[in-house]
Amino acid sequence: MEAVIAIAIGVLFASGVWLILRPRTFQVIIGLLLISYAVNMFIFIMGRLTVNKPPLTLKEPIEAGLFADPVTQALVLTAIVIGFATTALYLVLLLTSRGLTGTDHVDGKEPRQ
Amino acid sequence: MSFWADQLILLPILLPLLFAAALVLLSGRQQQLKYAVNLIGTLALLATAITLFWITDKEIWPNGVGVYLAANWIAPFGIALVVDRLSALMLTLAAVIAVAALLFSYRRWSRAGVHFHSLFQFLLAGINGSFITGDLFNLFVFFEIMLAASYGLLLLGLQANRVRASMQYVVVNLVASSFFLIGVALIYAAAGTLNMADLAVRAANLGDSERLLLEVGAAVLAIAFLTKSAMWPLGFWLPTTYAAAAPPVAAMLVLMTKVGVYVLLRLWLLVFAEQEASLGAISGTALVVGGLLTLVFGTIGLLGSQELGRMAGFSAIISSGTLLAAVGYGEQKVVGAALFYLVSSTLAVAAFVLLIELVERIRKPSAAMLALTMEAFAIDDDPEESAGVVIPAAMAFLGLSFFACALIIAGLPPLSGFLAKFALFHALLNPTGLFVDNLYMAGPLAWTMLALIIISGLAAIISLMRFGVRTFWATPDAKAPRLQLSEAAPVLALLLLCVVMSVAAGPTSRYMERASATLHQPQLYIERVLSSPAVPGVVSTAGVEQ
Repeated sequence: MEAVIAIAIGVLFASGVWLILRPRTFQVIIGLLLISYAVNMFIFIMGRLTVNKPPLTLKEPIEAGLFADPVTQALVLTAIVIGFATTALYLVLLLTSRGLTGTDHVDGKEPRQ
Repeated sequence: MSFWADQLILLPILLPLLFAAALVLLSGRQQQLKYAVNLIGTLALLATAITLFWITDKEIWPNGVGVYLAANWIAPFGIALVVDRLSALMLTLAAVIAVAALLFSYRRWSRAGVHFHSLFQFLLAGINGSFITGDLFNLFVFFEIMLAASYGLLLLGLQANRVRASMQYVVVNLVASSFFLIGVALIYAAAGTLNMADLAVRAANLGDSERLLLEVGAAVLAIAFLTKSAMWPLGFWLPTTYAAAAPPVAAMLVLMTKVGVYVLLRLWLLVFAEQEASLGAISGTALVVGGLLTLVFGTIGLLGSQELGRMAGFSAIISSGTLLAAVGYGEQKVVGAALFYLVSSTLAVAAFVLLIELVERIRKPSAAMLALTMEAFAIDDDPEESAGVVIPAAMAFLGLSFFACALIIAGLPPLSGFLAKFALFHALLNPTGLFVDNLYMAGPLAWTMLALIIISGLAAIISLMRFGVRTFWATPDAKAPRLQLSEAAPVLALLLLCVVMSVAAGPTSRYMERASATLHQPQLYIERVLSSPAVPGVVSTAGVEQ
């Protein structure tokens, strides 16, 4: 399972890096999304991979081995929200730029042929 | 007294957040009211910052380190907010520059965008939060608040070139935030904690594989901070962004590069510098070399720039480079001198970016007028006729202010830039103190740094004087522009603060020395944070039950 997750994150991140280096704003935003997915999964598995274990309990006794790490789950929730908001902001910027300059190139003008 | 002093720590975050929320609710048509509310909030913040500054230096808390436990959870379980001398200094600096930027924006910029006032307060909340948080993930959250507000502010007075610069700025910062998260996750995986003080304790007793993970995490995390503080080759976004931003926003951006430097200084000295000699030496050298490369990049860029906006950007890069190199050097005296340099250069560059708009009016009054009407698209009344006192002798004022900025940025006597560089050189050549060890020979790195700082000063003088001569003396049809008091006063105030720093150089540099000394005794900070008791009798929390 570790290998599958590691490869998945790696592929997501690599695709994201390739896409943000492309010249069109739409490619850049998809790249940013893929990178943020990869990062979120990365944070999540930093609490170690566990199967079928709850992160919280109300009952005693509390034994750490029986639970998934709740901290990383809390962190990843925060990171998802913030990443989503900032990416949405970039989307607005992208559309503004398209409206002002008439092109979707990241430099705001088409490259010379 | 101590209880109320503790509550004061929360105010630099709480005040801007509350004022920002209130300002969102006020209608955009009540510009004067919104401006007044914003100004009251910022002035209250300044008062809070100065009080904290005074409290930390008087050591009302043990060792001058104040701790506020959010939601009454004891560290390391909850989020601790920590104020020491360095945080208080940075808070005060932030509030001073915020007041200046806000005053400057009175005439025009505060009306150029719908939510300028709320974004301004959110930006302050983010900056202040980064200065006082004691938790890595919380630091990320405050960083994002700061960045999100700065994205909005950068677009102020929507123009094609601003949108283009913002697109690059936003992408660079989003990627840097990803690195931040990866670094934080790795550190959590290695040490199992995100509280900075707890991390410092645990980092010292890690096994080999965990230690490797921690070091990788720290390196990835450093990429995020170094991007913020514009180290070469991560700082290419800076000159374009500064040149495109509206002047009051650019002044706040100058402050934001210093947030990166602050975090490096804090984490570096707290967690990594003390523990292992080999790691400390390697990454310290890397930081010094990176800072020196940044200096070279800034120097070349400054010599090659023709427009003032880019010159201000490269001056900020030079200031960052000097600071990074000094932080990497890590000696107590060097860091103390670097703090002096930090305050003086931030004030001067902030005054400079505000001055740019006024100086540009001499160069091309017609173009400035055109931009004025274009950007004031939402405003009915002509800004030229808006209320305010027009100050006389505008040319003399602009010339002298420009000259003072140039002196401080280049580091020539008699202003504070010279004293800062002098203190830095003295500390580099004689880190043990005056006449204690006359046989000490500075290493090659120190000599390189010395030479590069002097060369960058020379480049700054050449570049700024070239511009000054061309603008003030060699423009045949130069006409004195109309200046309003609300525009001239903030520039003058920032420069006067630099003058005060030079006149009161003794007390100021002794304060910086004390701040640096606190930083170099991380065990005091750690002990204060980890041993702070929860407030008894409020709510029974896990911490109290133990």
